[in-house]
Amino acid sequence: MADALLDIAGLAKAYGALHVTAGVDLAVRPGEIHALIGPNGAGKTTLVGQIAGEVMPDAGTIRFDGADITRLPVHRRARLGLARAFQITSIFPRFTALEHAALAVMAARGRTFRLLRPAASDRAAREEAAGLLDEVGLGARAEVAASALSHGEKRALELAMALAARPRLMLLDEPMAGTGPAESAAMVALLTRLKGRCAILLVEHDMDAVFRLADRISVLVNGRIIACGTPDAVRADAAVRAAYLGDGE
Amino acid sequence: MNRLILAFVLFAALAAVPAFADTAMLTLVARAMIFALAATSLGFILGQGGLVSFGHAATMGIGAYAVGILMEEGVRDALVAFPVAMAAAGLFALVTGAISLRTRGVYFIMITLAFGQMAFFVTQSLSAYGGDDGLTLAARSTVAGARWLKDPKTFHYVVLGLLAFTVLVSTVLARAPFGRVLAAGRDNERRLRALGVDPYAYRLVAYVIAGAFAGLAGALYANLTEFVSPAYLSWHRSAEFIVMVVAGGPATALGPVLGALGVVLLEDGLAHLTEHWRIIFGPLLVLLVLARGGIATLLVGRRDG
Repeated sequence: MADALLDIAGLAKAYGALHVTAGVDLAVRPGEIHALIGPNGAGKTTLVGQIAGEVMPDAGTIRFDGADITRLPVHRRARLGLARAFQITSIFPRFTALEHAALAVMAARGRTFRLLRPAASDRAAREEAAGLLDEVGLGARAEVAASALSHGEKRALELAMALAARPRLMLLDEPMAGTGPAESAAMVALLTRLKGRCAILLVEHDMDAVFRLADRISVLVNGRIIACGTPDAVRADAAVRAAYLGDGE
Repeated sequence: MNRLILAFVLFAALAAVPAFADTAMLTLVARAMIFALAATSLGFILGQGGLVSFGHAATMGIGAYAVGILMEEGVRDALVAFPVAMAAAGLFALVTGAISLRTRGVYFIMITLAFGQMAFFVTQSLSAYGGDDGLTLAARSTVAGARWLKDPKTFHYVVLGLLAFTVLVSTVLARAPFGRVLAAGRDNERRLRALGVDPYAYRLVAYVIAGAFAGLAGALYANLTEFVSPAYLSWHRSAEFIVMVVAGGPATALGPVLGALGVVLLEDGLAHLTEHWRIIFGPLLVLLVLARGGIATLLVGRRDG
């Protein structure tokens, strides 16, 4: 697809005889929220790993903004504007929330290879970081150690760190997983606010959230995309109902 | 207790030592401070970066040999020999670090051990410079031609000043974005990479800085003992440094200093009491490590990040 921000073609990855990614084509357009759903074991995590650069595919290409990034290491992709928030809360336990966000800002601006001035004296980074925390609703929790944040707050912090890079595409791996109803609602509201600011590839099990947020949905089953389209089209798709949505109803 | 107060008390106490100590005591304390300097440099990469180098004695020994070999060749001044010692140790750290840092965890420990042993055997085979027997220095280094280092008290203050400088450098680096990235790479390398930062270059620079400061410790140690030998590079010595850092508390800037002073002085004190001093020393070490974070954490709590 010519106008796609992220364009995946013929992507394949096998572990032995197990074809976890079996020829995936997927396109994410600029600014859209594109949900990736599928039953457990469909290969979502492996696919996200390949997009982020942690897992090398056996075949196929991944293009980001026209450039082939298939073999690029994780940090180079991140520098191109491909940010990631993690499913398993991946936080540096001893840093405060503000320090997390400030580190993400400094990393994104290439201001980390500095040996002499204290990190805390980078006023611009701290201000930008404080702004990001405000944006995700953590403004009042800036000085709290990350390990003391609630589950939902850690997710929000992950999001703030991903946003620090001013990304063009965010990979969100199950931002609602393990959160209560109130926290889920807050996350949906937050993602709604972010809509249009950058494209989001959202991997999520919470179908309510997916159908409320997504512009388009791709359904991954057994390593293949069996359907891709608007929420309504996907909901109506017979193959999807048979393979996936049906088992919950 | 506040960290600043602890630092002040510690360095004031060390500065007061020459007022009452005899030469033997001064030699012991100088030895402890030199080991503290080396332990601080190891503490930086181990505590801040999570890099357990098992070859740190090699960089210190290279610094010592740089001084010894230069003196054998007629270069006696510290203003030349000490920078050369730091550069030689830093270069060794650069070459071995560039390879070692491609590995993680127990592989990193093993490969740094292997490089350390290589350096050890190289010094053993330096027959022109004493080989297995080591090399006795003709005298201590001069400083711009002056024989200051010969005086034990002056030597004490030179070592103390350089130790304070090393602790300061370690603190500054830890608080800078550079140190933050090292700590982030230690805590969660995957997350750090996703932020767009490859920790390799940071670790390599930290490794080289730590190596250069260990080289400085080696240069001082060669002057203290007026002797260099392959034993300085042995893996036993590397293990002692790890013990000092862990016992003192790797998560703090002063921890390695406290650990090194504690280990050296306690060893000496217990050795006077009984020849079986290790029976007391071992359990003490276990207790300190169980206290999670060593002496410094008991006194002042952890350093953030």
